[in-house]
Amino acid sequence: MNRFSGALDRLGRAVLAAVEEMGKIILLFVSVLAWMFRPPFKLRNIFKQMEFVGVKSIFVVVLTGTFTGMVMALQGYHGFRMFSAESLVGGTVALGMTRELGPVLTSLMVTARAGSAMAAELGTMRVTEQIDALYVMAANPVKHLIVPRVIAGVLMVPLLTVVSDFTGILGGYFVGVHILGINSGIFIKNITRLVELNDIYNGLVKAACFGLILSLIGCYKGFNTYGGAEGVGRATTEAVVLASISILISDYFLTAIMF
Amino acid sequence: MIKLVDLHKSFGRQKVLDGLDLEIEKGKTTVIIGRSGGGKSVLLKHMIGLLRPEQGQILIDGTDITKLKDRALNEIRKKFGMLFQEAALFDSMTVAENVAFPLREHTTMKEKEIRETVADRLRSVGLTGVEEKMPSELSGGMRKRVGLARAIALRPQIVLFDEPTTGLDPVMTEAINRLIIDTQKNLNITCVVISHDVRSIFEIGHRIAMLYEGKIIENGTPEELKASRNPVIVQFLAGSIEGPIRIM
Repeated sequence: MNRFSGALDRLGRAVLAAVEEMGKIILLFVSVLAWMFRPPFKLRNIFKQMEFVGVKSIFVVVLTGTFTGMVMALQGYHGFRMFSAESLVGGTVALGMTRELGPVLTSLMVTARAGSAMAAELGTMRVTEQIDALYVMAANPVKHLIVPRVIAGVLMVPLLTVVSDFTGILGGYFVGVHILGINSGIFIKNITRLVELNDIYNGLVKAACFGLILSLIGCYKGFNTYGGAEGVGRATTEAVVLASISILISDYFLTAIMF
Repeated sequence: MIKLVDLHKSFGRQKVLDGLDLEIEKGKTTVIIGRSGGGKSVLLKHMIGLLRPEQGQILIDGTDITKLKDRALNEIRKKFGMLFQEAALFDSMTVAENVAFPLREHTTMKEKEIRETVADRLRSVGLTGVEEKMPSELSGGMRKRVGLARAIALRPQIVLFDEPTTGLDPVMTEAINRLIIDTQKNLNITCVVISHDVRSIFEIGHRIAMLYEGKIIENGTPEELKASRNPVIVQFLAGSIEGPIRIM
């Protein structure tokens, strides 16, 4: 009985801690919204973050997008061949990329690359008292540090998703048409027949939500770092894990609502 | 100027400030001494509202800042400058951008004026030609001097120094001490310095306050402190391991 109540106690504490953390992240989001529309706007900071989150992630997004499209074409081909429907490969790759894999893989890659960097950078600023220095100089750290990163996340992840969608379809085309011998015209026709504008649009909305999640969690974890270099490491790991899980879970619910 | 009344602050079960009272005189340098980890930095962070006490008042020119909301607290903070222990320069910005930060944030100065003011503040801490360097390219002493230039950029009335000479060689320690004395005199400001460097405290302090077990146990001129018979102060100033201060 004691062991059972002990386990229940630990479970209760874990749930309470998780709910409390979620509440704090939502409060940070409210604070970001409040500061986002208050001038002066730090455009230079915003562009700097957009470059970091967006431009510098292009290579990795192109690489993952292309190979995902290629492997989807390969797998799809073997499946569809069983009932002579190879022509559907193009449409399937395009649907898969635009609805699911484009937004999800892009945001997971950006989480690993930029979300972790946000946590590490803000965490280092916290433990070296740079965030305290902002407070002392009567400058709000949310406005200076978090707002530009969140804006960059929300704007750049959808743009990177467009790149990922495009390169994924291109990769699928290359494998389907040039390696597996599917007719090029049929491949493209099936894409236009199966994929609607709404699929692309909803995928991009999802990507914007994921951009918000990864930047907000990266900033939250970094901003609340404690305990020196070890704390920065912990914050970075937690940011990547929590953001990745949150993206995958919210993906289900967003998909259920949208499609 | 600054008056702390019955301050209490704990972290978990550890009581750091335990009914602390202290008054900082205007236009003077007050040095707060005490052992490492004894709550000196915590005390300094209370003065500028980075930490809030569980109980007690912090009066800045008669205003109790413990009750203030963010916006009003920021108005009070504009009276302050602070030099952090490791200078806390923004490492993504150049030296010039660091010193210009408070000017850009709180004034409507044109870029030319900002450049001139930055050069002036850097000159006043003995630095020239470092404007375009990044903080990572500077030595510890230079970083602290840039930190001081940033702290005095807006010509504050009060400057807080958190262990300004920790980690510096004796020559640089002396240079920073001279800089604190000169800055205080030239700008006629109130300085609060946290230190446990016995040589420095007698050099720079008009008044010296000893923090021990969460309270100020002595507050007087350097001469009064030297003449004190309080065994804690005698042991601290002598750097002896024998006495009431226990080594943990």
